[in-house]
Amino acid sequence: MEETVQYAGATGLLGSVWLLVAIPLVSAAILLLLGRRADRWGHWLGVAAIGAAFVLGLASFFQLRGLENKSVELSLWDFIAVGDLRVDFGLLFDPLAAVFVLLITGVGFLIHLYAVEYMAHDGGRRRFFAYFNLFVAAMLLLVLGNNYVMLYFGWEGVGLASYLLISFWYGRPSAATAGKKAFLMNRVGDAGLAIGIFIMFATLGTTQYDEVFNGVGALTGATVLVLGLLLLLGAAGKSGQFPLQAWLPDAMEGPTPVSALIHAATMVTAGVYLIARSNPIFSANSTLQLVVVSVGALTLLMGCIIGAAKDDIKRVLAWSTVSQIGYMFLGVGLGGGAYALAIVHLLAHGFFKANMFLGAGSVMHGMKDQVDIRRFGGLSKHMKITWLTFMMGWLAIIGMFPFSGFFSKEPIIVAAFEREDWTAWLFGGAALLGAGLTAFYMTRLFVLTFHGPKRWTEDIEHPHESPALMTIPLVLLAIGSVGAGFLLSTSVPDWLTAAGGLGGEHAEHEAVLSHAVITTLSLLVTVLGAGLAWFLFRAGTATAPQPAGVLVTAARRNLYTDAVNEAVFEKPGIFLTRALVFLDNRGVDGLVNGLAAAVGGGSGRLRRLQTGFVRSYATSILAGALLVMAAFLAVQAGWLA
Amino acid sequence: MSNFPFLSVLTVAPLVGALVVAFLPRHRPELAKQVAFAWSLLVLVLSVVMWVSFNAGGDRFQFRESYTWIPNWGVSFTFAADGIALVMLMLIAVLVPLVILASWHDAESSKRSVPVYFALLLVLECTMIGVFAAADVFLFYVFFEVMLVPMYFLIGSYGGHQRQYAAVKFFLYSLVGGLFMLAAVIGLWVVGGKTFDWQALSQVDISTGTERWLFLGFFLAFAIKAPFFPFHTWLPDAGGAAPAGAAALLVGVLDKVGTFGILRYCLPLFPEASKWFAPWALALGVIGIVYAALLAVGQNDLKRLVSYTSIAHFGFIGVGIFAFTTQAGTGAVLYMLNHGLATGLLFLVVGMLIARRGSALISDFGGAGKLVPVLAGVLFFAGLASLALPGTAPFISEFLVLIGTFTVNKPVAVIATLGIILAAAYVLWMVQRTTQGTLNPALTEVDGMRKDLNLREKFVVAPLIALIVLLGFYPKPVTDVINPAVQATMDDIGRTDPAPSVGGTVQEAGR
Repeated sequence: MEETVQYAGATGLLGSVWLLVAIPLVSAAILLLLGRRADRWGHWLGVAAIGAAFVLGLASFFQLRGLENKSVELSLWDFIAVGDLRVDFGLLFDPLAAVFVLLITGVGFLIHLYAVEYMAHDGGRRRFFAYFNLFVAAMLLLVLGNNYVMLYFGWEGVGLASYLLISFWYGRPSAATAGKKAFLMNRVGDAGLAIGIFIMFATLGTTQYDEVFNGVGALTGATVLVLGLLLLLGAAGKSGQFPLQAWLPDAMEGPTPVSALIHAATMVTAGVYLIARSNPIFSANSTLQLVVVSVGALTLLMGCIIGAAKDDIKRVLAWSTVSQIGYMFLGVGLGGGAYALAIVHLLAHGFFKANMFLGAGSVMHGMKDQVDIRRFGGLSKHMKITWLTFMMGWLAIIGMFPFSGFFSKEPIIVAAFEREDWTAWLFGGAALLGAGLTAFYMTRLFVLTFHGPKRWTEDIEHPHESPALMTIPLVLLAIGSVGAGFLLSTSVPDWLTAAGGLGGEHAEHEAVLSHAVITTLSLLVTVLGAGLAWFLFRAGTATAPQPAGVLVTAARRNLYTDAVNEAVFEKPGIFLTRALVFLDNRGVDGLVNGLAAAVGGGSGRLRRLQTGFVRSYATSILAGALLVMAAFLAVQAGWLA
Repeated sequence: MSNFPFLSVLTVAPLVGALVVAFLPRHRPELAKQVAFAWSLLVLVLSVVMWVSFNAGGDRFQFRESYTWIPNWGVSFTFAADGIALVMLMLIAVLVPLVILASWHDAESSKRSVPVYFALLLVLECTMIGVFAAADVFLFYVFFEVMLVPMYFLIGSYGGHQRQYAAVKFFLYSLVGGLFMLAAVIGLWVVGGKTFDWQALSQVDISTGTERWLFLGFFLAFAIKAPFFPFHTWLPDAGGAAPAGAAALLVGVLDKVGTFGILRYCLPLFPEASKWFAPWALALGVIGIVYAALLAVGQNDLKRLVSYTSIAHFGFIGVGIFAFTTQAGTGAVLYMLNHGLATGLLFLVVGMLIARRGSALISDFGGAGKLVPVLAGVLFFAGLASLALPGTAPFISEFLVLIGTFTVNKPVAVIATLGIILAAAYVLWMVQRTTQGTLNPALTEVDGMRKDLNLREKFVVAPLIALIVLLGFYPKPVTDVINPAVQATMDDIGRTDPAPSVGGTVQEAGR
């Protein structure tokens, strides 16, 4: 723990990692500034920008592999330099940043490619690609910054881009509202992150990563706890974790590729990144870690329960993201070797979630933009590629051997059982239960969509498979859903160890259950959950809403979290605002108007003043002169001294 | 070049221009506009030369000039500029030409003379430059009061609904504040050895009681001008009634005289009193941030809404000034500049929107983005700058104010940070109600709403957008100028930044 963090200077190719951010940013600016003139080719510029960033990211990655000190810093210019506050506009390319760069640009590129076709019939396609590029640029800045202010810069940029994309169809009131909700909830988290940064400066005098991490040991336990909780608040906002999860499912208002980008490659992974990046802070306080683990466990179960009650294909996927990110929070909260496991799951999740969201988009493409899984069914015969690729994603997310989720999720469950005290049973149990529930609701989604009898609305006759430009990304992502987990889980933890502290010492404690038992159990609950869902939904389901018990009704209403938000924040907020507007007009201003009238010489004078400016000025001057004379006399007489 | 009498020439030049424009024939409005615009560009060029000539690492006050005026009273025409004044002068020089360009057709709807409108804008520029350039307390007071006159006529003669009421209210408010200041100015003259020279007065020792009274006299005038809660109620009326261009100058520049005055006069001349009153001033600032932001959320008039956002921003500036750290102080001054750019832009864009619709009521809009996408985009950008998004200049200033305040006063900084959530609420709510959602059918029937930004309007917004982005990524040229002046002010009141509570040793080990 006592080893200091030190970053090397960037040389050679790594001196141009700033291009990773600059290329998509410039592309976005060009697309926005050229306007309609770029309508015909704009989307290809957008795709090319991300492609170029991916190639550069890959080359930088291989460059980094050959280095002794795998943490390379690049200071571009003095961003803020006032008094003792020195903030670099600086970047850090290290193993953690590198895997994020590859995920963001790699999966991001496939989503961009897919969107070319998906958005082909939308008049705003160029604007869409501008926002898409902006999103990637902001996310890259977030993971590449070498200090917390740079991270915050990218952090808010991601918030902006998500707002623009969620409310992309701004003519729809629901889309505009969803975008606003996302931005506001994110800002709550951002405020937490900002205050965390202030604490770093007030206590350590710096916001640079290396200096903060080297100084954590000198901080009191209470400071670390508060600092960590504030960072966690920020992370919860971006990653849609409890209690700031409500915006994420509403974000479905954007076009489907947006959901894929937000849920798989960018945005929601930012919170996990923040905690992983700040691992020296989180590892320094066990209470803090307990809070993170609790948030993760709670959210993962919440996501499962709500996901099981939804009938909108995109919303089920959205809640599954909430739940899977919960697993990642659980992982980073466990600390030690589990940091790396969480990152592995994050990367694997990036593939299979992007795969399934784009698959959902493909289904919607063939089904006239419908999203209700109760009105799907039997699509496996009509959309063979979408069906097969979605199946890979489904098997991956439920953690079926040998698909990717098995290798990424199961180790987190094992790690949860490795906690020292009785909480091993609590968190291990939650993770295990979550695995079963995930298998249930994802199987329900898969079966209702692709199998069983057709329950289509009358206007649909022949659902068609999507064109090649959409299916190629699906196939590539499906391959990732199959193989990524195994490859990542065998390589990434070692790679991340070089980041210092991340994934270093592996768990010292014995798990309360043996590894083999846990693996067996998790496969068992997965098969049980999936089998139950298959059995229940193999013959389809009712196409109309059914009466339901307390739990299902609660789940359908997002466990009443929206209702609580409304009752605790929204309604009192609106009331307060109205009351203040009234008060300001009647109270504060009324008082002042009365005072003004009195100065003018009695009420009613104010109205008359308005008729003759010169006269009123004269009156005021006279009043002023009297006051001045009085002041003079007072000073001369020494009253005031 | 540094011997050139920049400040007096800059003050007088717009006045000469105003006289020329005012005497142009009334039936040649186009000529008046062109002359006024060209004249303001000339002032801009001269200001840029002055900026370049300023030596950031040099004396605190530069370009000092002094001419006798009333020797018996010790009054003189003394001009000098420190980094803070320089930044404000630059802001004026940038904003005035853009406001003139933006107001091209604004005066035509009223029955009054068009040339006079532009002459008034130039007179206003003269008084604004004068008030920031003055280094003689009496001269400052004179400009402070005279500044009201052109603004009174701009609001009262060329404004919108309820313009007379708003103009009188604005005038009376400022006048009352000004009188308190006058009393304090004369008091200062008496205790300071019968001189009005700032430099001489800053050396004078004043007894505690007198110092507090004098501080209050100045502070009241400045708090009304800025305005701080609870002296703010004139601003929404004035901002709501003024023509958009005048409103941009009113909120963007005129109000900064208040916060500038506190920095130039209250803090250095009455350091002990400033420290004594600081908790109260911080409280007013932090109340203003939350209170005005909540009120902004509840407004249904675009210009009043922008006015309330400004009151919230002035709360940030007030907090930054009275936190007494270099970060917060530099942030506050930078905030004055950035707020001028961002809110100036916001007022001008809102003005363009209102001019098209013929109404300032938010409920008269809805879905306007479909009709005027570029205008809606610029409105959104101005909103982002207003909510201090990173990448726009206001982020730097807000961040500096908050981080600098946090090191000395955590509760104030934390409450103020909540203001960034409210800022997102009022900006996004406004954007949603005007440009997003279903298209208000009434909009399609208004001819103006079918025309997006024209070339003239693009020339108005482009420089502001460029500056906001540029200073958002690279604020150093400006902070380097502000820093020494703020440092000097902190020295005046004898405060130094607190050291990191545990970091001193760690940092050295890390580097």
